[in-house]
Formats: sequence, structure tokens, C-alpha cells
Amino acid sequence: MLIRRKSISAASEAIFREQRTLKKEKLLANPALIIGFVGFVLIVLLAVFVPIFNSTDPNAMEVTKRLQPPGDGYLFGTDEFGRDLFVRVMYGARVSLWVGGCVAIFSCVLGTIIGIYASYFKVLDQILMRICDGLIAIPGILLAIALIAALGTSSWNVILALTIVYTPSVARTVRVSALVIKEQAYVEAAKVQGFSNFRILWRMILPGVISPLTVQASFIFAQAIISEASLSFLGAGIPAPAASWGNMLESSKMVFSRAPWTMICPGAAVILCVLSLNLLGDGLRDYLDPKVKGGKKKA
Amino acid sequence: MSEHLLEIKNLKKTFPLRNGGWFGKKERMCAVDNLSLTIEKGETYGLVGESGCGKSTTGRMIVGLTKADSGSILYEGKDISKMSEREFRPLRKELQMVFQNSLSALNPRLRIGEILEEILQIHGEQDKAKRRKRVLEVLEKVGLSEEHYFRFPHELSGGQVQRLGIAGALIIHPKLIVCDEPVSALDVSIQAQILNMLMNLKKELRLSLLFISHDIGVIRFISDRIGVMYLGTLVEETDTETLFANPLHPYTKTLFAAIPDPYIQGGEFQALTGEQPVRTEDFQGCAFYSRCPYAKEICKKQAPEFREVEPGHKAACHCIEK
Amino acid sequence: MMEEKKNETLLEIKELKVSFPVHKKWLPAVDGVSLEIHPGEITGIVGESGSGKSVMSQSILRLRDHDTAVRYEGEILFEGENLLQKPLFRMRDIRGNQISVIFQDPLNSLSPVHTVGNQISEVLILHKQLSKEEAGKRSIQMLKMTGIPDPEACMKKYPFELSGGMQQRVMIAMALACEPKLLIADEPTTALDVTIQEQILHLIRDLNERLGMSVLFITHDMGVVSRICHSVKVMYLGQVVEEAQTQELFENPCHPYTQGLLACIPHLRVERGKELPVIQGSVPSLSNIPEGCHFCTRCRLADDTCRNCPPPLVEISPGHKVKCWKYADGAKEREVTAS
Repeated sequence: MLIRRKSISAASEAIFREQRTLKKEKLLANPALIIGFVGFVLIVLLAVFVPIFNSTDPNAMEVTKRLQPPGDGYLFGTDEFGRDLFVRVMYGARVSLWVGGCVAIFSCVLGTIIGIYASYFKVLDQILMRICDGLIAIPGILLAIALIAALGTSSWNVILALTIVYTPSVARTVRVSALVIKEQAYVEAAKVQGFSNFRILWRMILPGVISPLTVQASFIFAQAIISEASLSFLGAGIPAPAASWGNMLESSKMVFSRAPWTMICPGAAVILCVLSLNLLGDGLRDYLDPKVKGGKKKA
Repeated sequence: MSEHLLEIKNLKKTFPLRNGGWFGKKERMCAVDNLSLTIEKGETYGLVGESGCGKSTTGRMIVGLTKADSGSILYEGKDISKMSEREFRPLRKELQMVFQNSLSALNPRLRIGEILEEILQIHGEQDKAKRRKRVLEVLEKVGLSEEHYFRFPHELSGGQVQRLGIAGALIIHPKLIVCDEPVSALDVSIQAQILNMLMNLKKELRLSLLFISHDIGVIRFISDRIGVMYLGTLVEETDTETLFANPLHPYTKTLFAAIPDPYIQGGEFQALTGEQPVRTEDFQGCAFYSRCPYAKEICKKQAPEFREVEPGHKAACHCIEK
Repeated sequence: MMEEKKNETLLEIKELKVSFPVHKKWLPAVDGVSLEIHPGEITGIVGESGSGKSVMSQSILRLRDHDTAVRYEGEILFEGENLLQKPLFRMRDIRGNQISVIFQDPLNSLSPVHTVGNQISEVLILHKQLSKEEAGKRSIQMLKMTGIPDPEACMKKYPFELSGGMQQRVMIAMALACEPKLLIADEPTTALDVTIQEQILHLIRDLNERLGMSVLFITHDMGVVSRICHSVKVMYLGQVVEEAQTQELFENPCHPYTQGLLACIPHLRVERGKELPVIQGSVPSLSNIPEGCHFCTRCRLADDTCRNCPPPLVEISPGHKVKCWKYADGAKEREVTAS
């Protein structure tokens, strides 16, 4: 920041206060952002702290307590091996958040680099975008399964496969918004004022790309969680018996009619997690747009 | 003849009109064709014409936003149209531009103070206190105050934003400012404020302006010399007083007749028929031929020479006697 | 031309107030406007942005009702019927049929995926229940009337294939297809070049004379008003501050705002090299409207009365009304013209 707080006169203090109030109003007018954020933070906190304070081993089997319904010492009940479902869901959250987070970060970094390069160099653009087109043409889950079949199942390979699946769409988003920003009058004005291309890239294009990217990142996070669950469900994800939502859903399908909680609990976890991430992304999109004021677009 | 500040010679710029697919015929239109003009130090040159006549393209070529196809733009004797980006950058400081819509020409993510200080920074001012002093100085000059330093561009009104656009151009002491329709988007009461300010700043700082507008009243008010453009080329050029006292080219005449002025109840005006055609590369004859009430056979075949009809008064028309 | 019809009124707006919710408060964009439009008359509304002139014209057809919360007070009587009390679906019979609108930006007002011919015929089929062939014939007639060369070819074109002036002609043809009694023209020439503007103004005046249709002409340009309108109303911040016959208004502008507005146009008689007279400051936002006269923040004559009490609309000569304290009692009148 060029402007430091210490050199602020009294008049500008009022402006900052006004701008802060406006920001606050904008935040309050955006329930999706608040709900999504709170939900996501709650899930992260549970995933981090429950396994720390609860020393139950997620893989400890107690054959006498198979398929216990929820309540009575087991919050979510137990599965057919007598494992504590609550603890397993929490450990599963760790896996899901870890995989989703890594995929979101890796694909965004990679996608941004590719997208920005593509928007700057015409020849590279043609090559990179055709490769992306090719990757997008293959259904994501199929591509991921194929990659894992080649690489073998492990959590790192799941991350790698999903990163390859999601990077092209990030690259496209970044490339499009970079191209749009490049055509903006303020970039032209900056050129007239003598800004170098490098400076325009760092000061104008990159910050402009960041906001659609954050939105995209939260959606990818959500999608990666679903994909990971699907892969595990199909047996191509995190190797069993590790607790992951996909694995739990897979093992519940045999006992579902007798013990529906074995499916409902991990299923609900996936839904809640994805829902709050999607709400977060939707909310961020409005919040980060400088032209949207107080939740409404300026006429 | 003394050296001109800016001299444009036979400038030409074409844009693709139809791509024609992979095999079809490619067509290009001439936005600017065979344009020559000069701007002296301390002068305001007004470029007036209808939309699509190439006046904005001319302005953009001068500040290097668009590359010319052929012809030359001499700034203080150096041909800037053929310079590379790197060679041109030191001259950027002297050639600035004010846009029609300054709001979109300002980075929406930065405060006004940051925007202006950054311009100084890239032109080598490393001292922070000096930068801030200069920014406040310029803000005051364009009628804004210290308070606006911390505002974001979208928090200002239309008139204030336009003032800010002018501040952005002024801050690095330019010699020539290209003003591309700087008041067209404003209300008349605000427009008058900005025009007065521009005129005073120009006198005070001895600036040269290239003022581009479609509004004849505005152009007349601010310019010392006026060039009337039609279909990519100049059709008439002279000092303001002469042009309004004695317009020679038929286009200039009809343009003046069409101005809706509350105090000249024009009576029966002669409405110009038709519209501006498209100038393709193989365009022949006089640019105004298709709409000219005096058009003759020769006008269709041969482009009239842009010649001095009276001392200091140039026009391109076959029908004007010497 | 319209002497014998003068006593009947086509459209009458009484004390119209249109408010929009901003930050949980209802702010009036139009604040107590009254006007009458007689058959065959061209009435001009002039004002800067934020004067409420467009909102007022849109409320006649209630075009804003669908997408924003609006609150209306007062009456809009069209041939004696209050449009504000009509259910919205009944408005469809009036829109485009009895009252038509043309907008500033013709390209955005025309559908990009239908041909010009289709769009004009559609209106006729909808309102006049014409068959497809009849509608097509009538459309060609309308296009011919607006001066489009080769109307048959134009019917088959898409709007983006036409130039700005031609698009506006198509808009006018479409607006006039059902022979409306009133045409609302909302800045119809602002996006056009002067030579094309001249053609369009000519066309509107010509159609007004030939068809006897009334026009409500909204613009920010004093020059355009002087060329086309019979009478003018000057609006500022949601209120009419001055109204008069066109010639009277330009010869004898009385409200300080009208005077300032006329003085600051850089027209062809302005002395060059001197500063233009300006109206200081800018239009305050809707949430900062002053308590008394709306113009008092920018008026060079404002005193405490102006700042605290809203002025009345005073008739200073027949048909010439001014909303200003300086005219509230006759004695002050000389003082204003002298200064």
C-alpha cells in the first residue's frame, strides 16, 4: 500500500470510516458469503480439532458393537465393523479438505501461469488452448480414473490426477479475464502514461484476475471433494481402509437398508461441505466485484 | 518555417472490414487516409467530424496506442510512428491523452492518490514526499481537493472523474495532450466548467492540445485552428475565426447548418441526405461525393487536392475557385 | 394547426411523485410534476442527468414496474383514464398501441435475432390483429414513410446491419406502426451525428404535422428543443422549474437555472477566449436534496428563504410559469433580470 495510515489527516479518517461502513454494508447484504464462510470454517475446525481431542482410532474395530444406531456413546453410530462413524467422518473431512485444498491451490497456480502466458503470446495461446480443449473434451471423472489406473492409488496421485483435470478450466477463466482486462480503457491509459508491459501485468492484470480466480478456486475445491469421494467410491481413490467419505459411502452400500446412518452421515458431510463452499464462491463473486454496491449492481 | 511541435504527413490506417474466411476475399477499410496536419507549440488544434470519420484513430496514433500503416508522425522532428515501444517510452511523458470516459480509464482497484503517485513513480520520482506534494498540487489545479486523494474513482461524480482524467495527464508535465471527446459524456453545466478549466490550464502551462470532438460549438470555443474531417481525411482547415466566417467546403457548410442552436432559428435548413459511406482501399474520387449537393463528374473520378485556397485556409474540393 | 383541439387534453399528469427505495428510504426521483399534453403538440422536457426526466416518461407507461420497487403518487390521466390504477397486464394494450416509445439507443432496443420486417409486423399482428401479409405490407409502408431507401430490402435485414440513423428510423417506424396518439421520444437523437440528428428531427416534426400525433420529447440539449418543440418544461432534480412556449422560454428565460443552462452552452455566438458562464457545483444526489428550493445549492441568488421553503410555481405571464421565490411577488422580478 502506498498510503500509510500514520499520515492520514482528520478529513481522510472520515473517508476511511465511510468506506469501511460501505464495505460492512456490502458484506451484510451478502448472506451467501456469510453462511458459506461460517459453514466452511466450522467444518475445517471440526476436522482439525475433533481428531486431536478424541483419541479414538478411526480404524479400531469393535465387533461387539457392529451397526449401532446413532446416540448412546456413538454420535453417528457405527458401521459394519463396529468403527465409530463420527470419528471416521471427521477423519474423512481431513482427507477431503486436504485433497480439495491441494487440488484448488495447485490447479489455480498452474492455471494462472498458463492462462496469463496464453493471453500474452499469440502462438503459445493457440497451442495451450488446444491442449486445454482436448483435456476438457474428456469427462473429468473418466480422465481421473484413467490417470489413477496408470499411476496407482494413493492420496498424492488423486491430487495429481484431479489437478490435471481442473487446470484447463482455470487456465481458460484466467485467459479470458486477462484478455478482457487488457482491452480495458485503464490499461490503455496506463500505456499512454508510460507503464511497461511487465508493470501492467503485475499491477493491473494480475489483481484483476485474482477475484474471478478466488471464486473459481472455491468451486474447484467443492468439485474436487465430490470427485475425490466419487473416485474413492469407485475404488480408484484413497485406498481403503483409510477413512474417506467416498470409502465410507462405498462400504455402506451393502448395509444401507439395515443401517441407513452409515450412508446418511458421510453423505450429509459431503453435501454440507460442498454447499458451503459453493455459497462461499457465489458470495465472493459479488463481494469482490468493485462495481457491485451494497448487494445490488449499480444502474 | 519554424519547427512544428507535431507534424503528420500522409498518415494512413486501415482496419479489416471483412475477413473473408480462409479462402474469401479480404477487404480492408481506411479509417484514416492521406492525412496531413501540423500542430504548433501552445496551440489548440480542433479536429471535428462525425463518428467514424477517423478523428479518434488519428488521436490514438499520435499517442502510440495504434500503429499507423504508412505515413509519418514527426514529434519535434523525430518520427514517432516507426519507433519501437522501448524507444517511444521516454516520449510518453510529453504526449498525454484524456479519454472520453475517464472512469473506465482509471484503475478501479486503487485510490486516486495511489493512481496518480504511481504515474510519477514510473517516471523516475522516487521520493515519496515529493510525489505526494506533486499529486496534491495537481489535484488542486484541476479543482479537486486533498479529500479526494483517498477516494476510489467510482466514488466521484462524472465531472470530478473527468477532472481526475485531466490530472492524470497533467501530472508529468506533458507538452501535447490529445483530448478525445473529453466533454461529450458530461451535462452542459459540467461541460462548461471543464472547458473553462482546460482553457485556463492551457494558457497557464503553455500546453498544446489536440482537441477531438463532434460538437462544433465546443470545438469553436476551445480551438485556435480547426480541421474538419470527413471519411478519414481532412476536407477543410483554417483558423477558427475564418472557418466560421467563411466556410468553403460544402460539408463544412452543411455541418454548420445542422447545429441545433437555440438562438439561430435557422429557418429552412438544408438537411444533408444519406449517410457516411465506408471507405474501402480502392476508394476513388472525393470523399464527400455521395452526399454533396454540388457534385460534378470530376468529383467521382478524381480526389480533389487538399490545397491552400486562401492564405492559411486549406480545403479539398473541385468546386472552389482559387 | 391545433387551435381547435386546444381545449381537450390527451395526457394529463397531476402532481406525479415517483419514488425508489435507496438504503431503506423512499427517495423521490420525480417530485410533484404536473403537465398536460394536447393533441398534435410537441412538448419538450429538458434537464440534465438526474433531473428525473426519463423516470417521468417511463412512469407514463410504467416501464419500471417489472424490475424495481416503485412507489407512485398522483395521477397520470390518459384520455381521462388513470394509468396508475390500471393492472399491469392492461398496460400492454396501451403500450405500443396508444402510446409508443423510442429510446436513445436503437440497437439495444431492437431484437438482434429477428429481422426488421418481423419486428414491425409483430407489433401490428399483436395490436391490430392483422394477417401476416397485411402486416408485412403495412410495415413496408411505415418504413417508406420514415424515409428509408429501399424498404423491401430493409425488411429482410437484421438491426445490426443498419447504420445508427437507419436503426432510429426503424424504431420510429415500429413505434408509429399502430398509429399511436402519443409518441414518447426519450433522447432519440443523442447517440446520432448532427447531420443525422437533423434528419431525424425533421422526420419527427414532419410526422407530427402529417399525422397529428402528439410527441413528448425528452432531451438534455437546449438546441434540439428549440428546433422541434412547441412548448418546453425545464426539469431539475425531479421538479419542473420553468415552463413556457419555446420561443418565450428562449427569449425570456426567468429561472436562474434556465438562464445558467442557456448561458453555458458554447454556441456559435459565444465570444471566444472568454470564460463560459457556469453553474457552480454539480447536481446533488437524491439523498442530499436541499429542503427549500432544489436549486438553492447552485443558485447565485439563493437566500435564506430559498434554502428553507420550497418555492411555488408562479405564472408570470400567460403560459409561462416559474418555480422561484424571486417571482413569488412581482416586486422582485426586476431585481433578477437586472442582475
